[in-house]
Amino acid sequence: MMHSQETKPILEVNDLCVVFKTEAGRATILDKVSFKLQKNKTLGIVGESGSGKTITALSVLNLIPSPPLDSMSGEIRFQGENLLTFTKSQLRKVRGNRIAYIFQEPMTALNPVLTIGDQIVEMIRAHNSISKKEARDKAVHLLTEVGITSPIQRLKNYPHEISGGMRQRAMIAIALSCDPDILIADEPTTALDVTIQAQVLDLFKYLIESRGMSIIFVTHDLGVIAEIADDILVLQAGKTIEYDSIDKVFHDPQHPYTQKLLSLIKGGVA
Amino acid sequence: MTMFRNKWTYLGLVIIILFILCAILAPWIAPEDPYKINLVQELAPPGEGHIMGRDINGSDILSRLIYGARISITIGLVVVLISSFVGILLGLISGYYGGWIDLLLMRLVDILLAFPGLLLAIALVAVLGPSITNVVIALTALGWVSFARLVRGQVISVKEREYVLAAKTSGQSDIRVMVLHILPNIVSTVIVQATFNIAGVIISESSLSFLGLGAPPGTPSWGAMLSEGKQVILDAPHVSFFPGLAILLVVLAFNFVGDGLRDKFDPKTGRE
Repeated sequence: MMHSQETKPILEVNDLCVVFKTEAGRATILDKVSFKLQKNKTLGIVGESGSGKTITALSVLNLIPSPPLDSMSGEIRFQGENLLTFTKSQLRKVRGNRIAYIFQEPMTALNPVLTIGDQIVEMIRAHNSISKKEARDKAVHLLTEVGITSPIQRLKNYPHEISGGMRQRAMIAIALSCDPDILIADEPTTALDVTIQAQVLDLFKYLIESRGMSIIFVTHDLGVIAEIADDILVLQAGKTIEYDSIDKVFHDPQHPYTQKLLSLIKGGVA
Repeated sequence: MTMFRNKWTYLGLVIIILFILCAILAPWIAPEDPYKINLVQELAPPGEGHIMGRDINGSDILSRLIYGARISITIGLVVVLISSFVGILLGLISGYYGGWIDLLLMRLVDILLAFPGLLLAIALVAVLGPSITNVVIALTALGWVSFARLVRGQVISVKEREYVLAAKTSGQSDIRVMVLHILPNIVSTVIVQATFNIAGVIISESSLSFLGLGAPPGTPSWGAMLSEGKQVILDAPHVSFFPGLAILLVVLAFNFVGDGLRDKFDPKTGRE
């Protein structure tokens, strides 16, 4: 069921295992998860709560806090190099710069005491040695790109002063600020209401086309995946249930769990 | 728009500003040289030419109080500035990294907190020798502890927030995360603590001077003046009364301002 790809993937995860240490003993959170992310493609990771979606996404950048992390094994190859063997400072150069991350809750993922502008400028300057002025110009440009109107005023706003949809757009602008190769979006639309959700999805589609980015899109919502992903990875309790192209999974799901999930959106019966 | 809800805060601010002005303008506003000895008029009660009376040496108490404001306020500010800086630094490191650094620093904090603070200050000054510099050293050596503990607790709660993870995710260094993302979120709490601490330091300095461990004899320090007055408290209560009143007012003022700032920064206290 793995698919054979012609080109070399930009990100390749092989047999990723993540073990947590709990009071009750060791718990395997991810069990031999493997996937490939091709350039300019979007991989959707779906599953219910606790299936390991977010852990998969976080482990790519080695961001799982320890404790509870006990050990990680397998391979995470980014452009051929195994990120699991990277040192802290090597990882820092990848984080945000080559692989950027968007969190679910734009309210809590933006620092409440810094303006939107400060947060973008600071992110740009963390990875590029350019002047504040240049960084600000770039920030205005980015806010325009993600569809924020009157960007110059928005730069001076604090997160609580703007709407939820705009905050998520600002988060995306921050993630884009260093022109990353890969964008990992962890439930980026879940905290938004339906109309805003559609707008943010459109923004993602636009970015995929205009920037030619590779995206890992984590969600529990198969409807969202159907709109945006090329490939789909279905997780349940840390194990890969199904991994294939979106067409195959949607038209001919192999696993009963996937069939059940699909019946929920196709039949519209919850 | 009013800045503070509580009118006492404004009273506190006014008192503090008045005392700071006294400290700065002392040479111009003091009616007499605070060191001038005038034995003819020793212990003169408040009256014409000396509205707060004169002390054992016949020096003008008002002039000495005005110069004393310099000592009290300078020591208060210097000690709190240094100790908050040290406390923030160690608290940030302790809370952010955790592990053995945290364990080590917090045990040190526990040990220092277990001693009665003033007693330790007395011991330190006794070893170092009585002088204003040594008072500053002793009070700073104890002062950072409360800041370190406060900051550590705040850091532990703030560092779990998603925006801190987001900052790490974006590849920012530990120092950047601490200074840019965590510190701004706890600075208001530190300011409130600092305001209360200034009051505490002024009392400690006065206590040390009262015990003869602060400024050298003859220096117009409020605590020392209070101490000089105690020998004659039955015959000339004004000698102790006015320095005592000055200490009371300044400490009260800093506490009022501290309360006002706390109410302002803490969203949980009643907002109409």
